[in-house]
Amino acid sequence: MPESQTVREALNKKGAYGKDLDLDHYDVKADETVKVDDLKSSEFKKYMENVGVVADEIERSGTMMFIDNNPSHCSPRVQEGLEIMSVKEALKKYDGLTDYYWKAVDPTKDKYTAKTYLEDGDGYFVRVKSGYHIKYPLQTCMLLNMNRAIQNVHNIVIVEDYASLEMITGCSTAHADDALHVGVSEMFIGDNSSLSFSMIHSWGKQTGVRPRTATVVGKNSHYTNNYVILNPVGSLQSFPVAFLGDESSATYNTMCIAHENSEIDTGGMVYLNGKGSKAEIMSRSISMGGKMTARGRMIGNGVGAKGHLECRSIILKDGGTTLAVPELEAHIADVEMTHEAAVGKIARDQIEYIMSRGLSEDEAVSMIVKGFLSGGSINGLPPELKKELDEAIAAANVGD
Amino acid sequence: MTDMLKITDLHAEAGGREILKGVNLTIKEGETCVLFGPNGSGKSTLLACIMGYSSITVTKGRIEFKGTDITDLPVDERAKLGIGMMMQRPPNVYGVKLSTLIKASSDDAETVLADANKFHMDRFLDREINVGFSGGEIKRSELLQLTAQKPEFILLDEPESGVDLESIDLIGKKVHDLLYYNAESNDNRHVSSLVITHTGQIMDYIGAETAYIMKEGKIARSGKPFELLKEIREIGYGE
Repeated sequence: MPESQTVREALNKKGAYGKDLDLDHYDVKADETVKVDDLKSSEFKKYMENVGVVADEIERSGTMMFIDNNPSHCSPRVQEGLEIMSVKEALKKYDGLTDYYWKAVDPTKDKYTAKTYLEDGDGYFVRVKSGYHIKYPLQTCMLLNMNRAIQNVHNIVIVEDYASLEMITGCSTAHADDALHVGVSEMFIGDNSSLSFSMIHSWGKQTGVRPRTATVVGKNSHYTNNYVILNPVGSLQSFPVAFLGDESSATYNTMCIAHENSEIDTGGMVYLNGKGSKAEIMSRSISMGGKMTARGRMIGNGVGAKGHLECRSIILKDGGTTLAVPELEAHIADVEMTHEAAVGKIARDQIEYIMSRGLSEDEAVSMIVKGFLSGGSINGLPPELKKELDEAIAAANVGD
Repeated sequence: MTDMLKITDLHAEAGGREILKGVNLTIKEGETCVLFGPNGSGKSTLLACIMGYSSITVTKGRIEFKGTDITDLPVDERAKLGIGMMMQRPPNVYGVKLSTLIKASSDDAETVLADANKFHMDRFLDREINVGFSGGEIKRSELLQLTAQKPEFILLDEPESGVDLESIDLIGKKVHDLLYYNAESNDNRHVSSLVITHTGQIMDYIGAETAYIMKEGKIARSGKPFELLKEIREIGYGE
């Protein structure tokens, strides 16, 4: 663990990407614990369900919820093989989690990680024990409930050897808009295991969002990272990273709509360190006049590593900026990495083809845009979430 | 019989080049017409003009459909009036499933979707429209979409091109059903149509009344379909 002084100095370190947010702007302490015993009757139900976290918990392995900085609800529904609790409890129970705590993310990375470190942020601790395949997704929910406050959460997810887990993480604002969410997530996947981590976010028009996620993947394992944001947001910047061991693979799927006055800068980075490791980074975004940056980076270090990167963006309205940044970096000869990127409007002939079946121009555009998003090869999405996502896309305000 | 389509002195250009140079053509209600003509004579441009695609600009003349001037109407309003088209090379529509478009364009989508197997298209309903489809699959997809749409006037651009011999029979029969009679639904329709063909194979399945030959952007001749076809086979399009 680094010296506090070193980390304190990092409080002045701007993030590598995205607008620099002034941490002093968030001058309200959000330390109050809001307990939610029954999700179904909770006033927060509508905010949760809006981001794929279901209150009845049917076909879910459990729920962990944070409102601002404190755990509000924890319902482990699986008795064997799956452990969920707050990180603070886990630190006590497992002697400081020395193999995991601040081991994948560097607290001096930037001001956001430094702040979380210094504030000693709590978060969810999830562990799947070796040999267990958890049948239903585990859901976690992070809500911002106080204006001008910072949510500094620090999550740890461990999937041991020969194990698997799907997680659905919904993040949203409840009674807040101008607030900041910083989520440090450190994930560790053992050998011959898999983790699918699907995030649906729905924030306020002024919300700042700075997740910092790193995933360490062992041998012959798979990690899937799905990220969806369809509603307006103030400024969101995230560049999650995975480190792959031998014969392991990672898939990043990102689906975004950048509305007017929204700034989104996101994507995925994969270190193909292991022999025969593989990665696929896919991004589909729509610009409705906002600022959209889709990043993808692959670093090929392992013999026989293979990767493909794809950034596609449709621009529906002028006034914003769309930037696709696909980067491939190789350090040895025996790697194979490719990328494709496409940015622009929808081809006129496609719109008119749909119109020739009797649909109006707006209906045609909307059909193509919604299809573009939902057809965005979000593979590995838990089937339980697919329906909700399709409904969210159908309700998204694009072209109609 | 009243006029279904009436085209008067139609001039049109694409990519800055005049392609239609004064087309006059009238199609009666219920009439099936075929359109012959050498490559580049303007046949596909004429069909695109009638459908209203923006890749073609009408510079002069008039298109009337069922008595309404449609020359400046957008594509969807023409479709709502009853015009449907089978394109020769439709665009790939990424992200949109064939079934999604059928559901949105038909008031009886369930029946059409249930009948997709009769078009050998049941496995394609969840596929993105035209993406990776073979020549024959594109034709069958177009025909399934038109069956859903039920137009009163159909433009067919080379329905038999790029299709193997076995598939031609299925496509021909489905074109026939679309134009005349659908046994299963007992729907005795007789829609009007304008059909581009090079080989005339589709004429074995449809009872075309009139044929036109298009040359250099104009209708050069008209006549009986099989007589004109025979003449073209023997002496070509001539001068």
